[in-house]
Amino acid sequence: MGDWKTITVPVLSSDSKNILPHTSERKRSPTSMNSQVLRLSLPSSKNMHSFFSAFCTEDNIEQSISYIDRELTTLGFPSIYAESKGKELNLIAIINCMNELLALQHKNLRAQEEVEMQHLKLGSDMDHLQNCYAKLKEQLELSKREIVGLQERDRQLQSKNRNLHQLLKNEKDEVQKLQNIISSRATQYNHDMKRKEREYNKLKERLHQLVMNKKDKKLAMEVLNYVGRADGKRGSWRTDKTEARNEEEMYKVLLSDYEQRQKQLLLENAELKKVLQQMKKDIISLLPPQKQKPKERSEDGLVLSDQEEDIGELNKENMWELSCETVREQLTNSIRKQWRMLKNHVEKLDNQVSRGHSGAFNEKDVISREDHELETEKLELEIQQCKEMIKTQQQLLQQQLTCDDDTTLLLQDCYLLEERERLQEEWRLFREQKKNFEKERKSFTEAAIRLGLERKAFEEDRGAWLKHQFLTMTADCKSENVTTPSAFLRSNVIDNVCLSGSDPDIRLVKPASRQRKPHLVLSPTVSPEPCQISQCITQNSVASEKPAADNMPNLWVESDDKEETE
Amino acid sequence: ASCMQHRLVVRDASSLQILQLYTCLDQIQYIEWSSDSLFILCAMYKRGIVQVWSLEQPDWHCKIDEGSAGLVASCWSPDGRHILNTTEFHLRITVWSLCTKSVSYIKYPKACQQGVAFTKDGRYMAVAERRDCKDFISIFVCNNWQLLRHFDTETQDLFGIEWAPNGCVLAAWDTCLEYKVLLYSLDGRLLSSYRAYEWPLGVKSIAWSPSSQFLAIGSFDEKVRILNHVTWKKITELDHPATISNKRTIVYKEVEKSPTVDRERLSFPPTRALASSLFSTQSKYDISQVPVSLQYIKPVADRANPKVGVGMLAFSADNCFLATKNDNIPNAVWIWDIRKLKLSVVLEQLCTIQYFQWDPCQPRLAVCTGSSRVYLWSPAGCIVVQVPGEGDFQIMSLSWHSSGDSMLLLSKDHFCVCYLEREEV
Repeated sequence: MGDWKTITVPVLSSDSKNILPHTSERKRSPTSMNSQVLRLSLPSSKNMHSFFSAFCTEDNIEQSISYIDRELTTLGFPSIYAESKGKELNLIAIINCMNELLALQHKNLRAQEEVEMQHLKLGSDMDHLQNCYAKLKEQLELSKREIVGLQERDRQLQSKNRNLHQLLKNEKDEVQKLQNIISSRATQYNHDMKRKEREYNKLKERLHQLVMNKKDKKLAMEVLNYVGRADGKRGSWRTDKTEARNEEEMYKVLLSDYEQRQKQLLLENAELKKVLQQMKKDIISLLPPQKQKPKERSEDGLVLSDQEEDIGELNKENMWELSCETVREQLTNSIRKQWRMLKNHVEKLDNQVSRGHSGAFNEKDVISREDHELETEKLELEIQQCKEMIKTQQQLLQQQLTCDDDTTLLLQDCYLLEERERLQEEWRLFREQKKNFEKERKSFTEAAIRLGLERKAFEEDRGAWLKHQFLTMTADCKSENVTTPSAFLRSNVIDNVCLSGSDPDIRLVKPASRQRKPHLVLSPTVSPEPCQISQCITQNSVASEKPAADNMPNLWVESDDKEETE
Repeated sequence: ASCMQHRLVVRDASSLQILQLYTCLDQIQYIEWSSDSLFILCAMYKRGIVQVWSLEQPDWHCKIDEGSAGLVASCWSPDGRHILNTTEFHLRITVWSLCTKSVSYIKYPKACQQGVAFTKDGRYMAVAERRDCKDFISIFVCNNWQLLRHFDTETQDLFGIEWAPNGCVLAAWDTCLEYKVLLYSLDGRLLSSYRAYEWPLGVKSIAWSPSSQFLAIGSFDEKVRILNHVTWKKITELDHPATISNKRTIVYKEVEKSPTVDRERLSFPPTRALASSLFSTQSKYDISQVPVSLQYIKPVADRANPKVGVGMLAFSADNCFLATKNDNIPNAVWIWDIRKLKLSVVLEQLCTIQYFQWDPCQPRLAVCTGSSRVYLWSPAGCIVVQVPGEGDFQIMSLSWHSSGDSMLLLSKDHFCVCYLEREEV
């Protein structure tokens, strides 16, 4: 019943008569009204006319009015009838109702417009979203396909990889197999060769027998006459003596060869040592003297001792083979040290250069550095070669020494004993030094402890004395002030008295710490002397105005001053 | 001395004048002078006879008959009074003495390339033996042929032995299936053993340096390894690559130059001189620019004793140079400077190198390639010497005179002597 028709109100300019039929048109059967519920579009005014006239005709005016009234009342509008129960229509109410209905209609139209707008918007949004969705779906499909393709490729590559690995393994296995085959064949061939050789030897033996059997007949040598030997000697019989002589000669040959080689090596060795020493001297001279002073002192000691030892050793070299080793080690060690110092020095120079000095200076440094580097390279090479030579010589010497068994054993024993004795002496010295060091250390610690104790005692004494001084001063001052509250000067005088009194007391107190009080107490009794002193003091001391009780340090100072003046 | 069929002709070295003519019983296969140049032995292997002739007394004769033992090799002993005959199948070595007519036997000698080696001073002789499938070396004193030392070697199949020139060390090397070089001292102790690698083919040639300082080992892998006498360890490996790229190496290449012919002088039929000069091509040396790639021959894989590796090694007399030939590159001689252990010169020839030998006095190398030219190299340079004469004189081998003044050039059935003039200083 409450079906609203979306019918726009016709133009209000139409007269009221039209209104009635219009309103009468509104009363229509619900069914026909229902059929028009969904019609959103507005019928034309003509249609409206007919439409409106369809609802209310002249016949059913009353019914249509009552129907309209009913509708309105159900909708909440006031009744269009006049208040009395008659059939008079409240025109004002009707007009109001109409107005309200018009307003409602407006509202509804606006709402409808809005809804339509929204609908359109939503429709377009949906279209848009559907498009996007479609595109994304496509993209998804594409990427899925791509993934599938890539996965496929990956699988293929992996399978290829596996195949290659397999091939490699196969090749390796084959190689291994071939090697095994080779070795087994080699052993087989060796075995076969040995077998054939044995057969061959048997044949040879057989042949030999045959040949030896026939030897006497055919084998012969015809010589017209004997020929003298090339060196004119006669033939000799084969005896043991000759065998021994042969051995001897053989060993002589070998020995002479070794001796010759050893001589050569010794010469080389001596030359190399000379070269090394020369190098060492050069390196030392290359190093700047001022930098190496602290080091050089120790190094010099070592170096000089090295050189002296070297020179000494060189003279004895041929006789004392053992000392060669120690000399060699010392030489190489000292050269290494010098070398390291030289390297450090060169590095420092490099740093200096890189930090940047003037151009000319740089060049100079650069040139010298290059020279340095070349020299150092050369020296390094030489050192390497020398080291190798020395090693080989060492080996040879060892070989040489082990050749002659007897004498070398004895010699070795002697050398060992000598070395051992030397070592023992060194140990003894070392132990003595250690003991001395220990003693010194002990005495030092004792002295330190004593010193500490003394200092502590002294501090204690000082503290106690000061305290006592302070206390006595305050006590005296108080007592004096109480007795003579007179002129300030006088109290000062008395202070000075006290102070001066304290002077001799101080001197007396220092040695005898515990007897200050009685001395100080005695001071006022010694007044005549202090008076003179106080006069002197008043002339001098400025700080005498300050109460003594408060100024302990001043007390000290004053007492010092007094001591000085007196 | 030279032999022809069964005649022995002795000529003077400086003038090639025939001094003596001897006739032997059979075709001579081998001749050797004795060390004091007083006797010549002529060996006839087929008959098993060795005949010795004396130069001082042409009437003196000596015949050694091995009988059914057969003869395979024969040589003099260093004192020039004993002859060592190796019987057939290497059954034994018989030492015949010319002084005492006595015979000594050495049993079980080894049938290898260099089975007998004498020291340079001729005092000792080393013989390689094989008993019960094991190799041994026996050292004999040549004075009285007494056995000094007998020791076994750790080789599979001893291939050769060689004394160092100082007579104190003996180098023994194994067959090419095993790379092993053993060094024994004179009293039979094993000083050292050297093995460069295990499986591929091994040692092909060995040479001692004249000062006994170095031992050069040429192997099938185209490398030469040099050991030093102090530690017997390898000091360097010299490689023979087919491409030389080091700028310091000089490469001399033999280049043919065709002779110019004067058109007007052509006549028909061509005279002999003209013909020979037309057909004999001159050649000279050219310095090739580095990098040079040499002719490299890949060997046939399935044949034994392939032509691979360093086959010829020789030290110069002054211990400064080493000449090598790599059989893969058969046209080139490689000359190494031993003091710097570097390749100094490569001589590239047109034909395969047959033989080379150093001058016993100077660092001069003579090379022959089977053509009719002999090539000389010295640190000053190298020249090509054409053997004058008609026809082809294909030099197969050459030999220097001990004074270094002349050289013997041998072809198949001719020989000629080449005299080198000394520069008047």
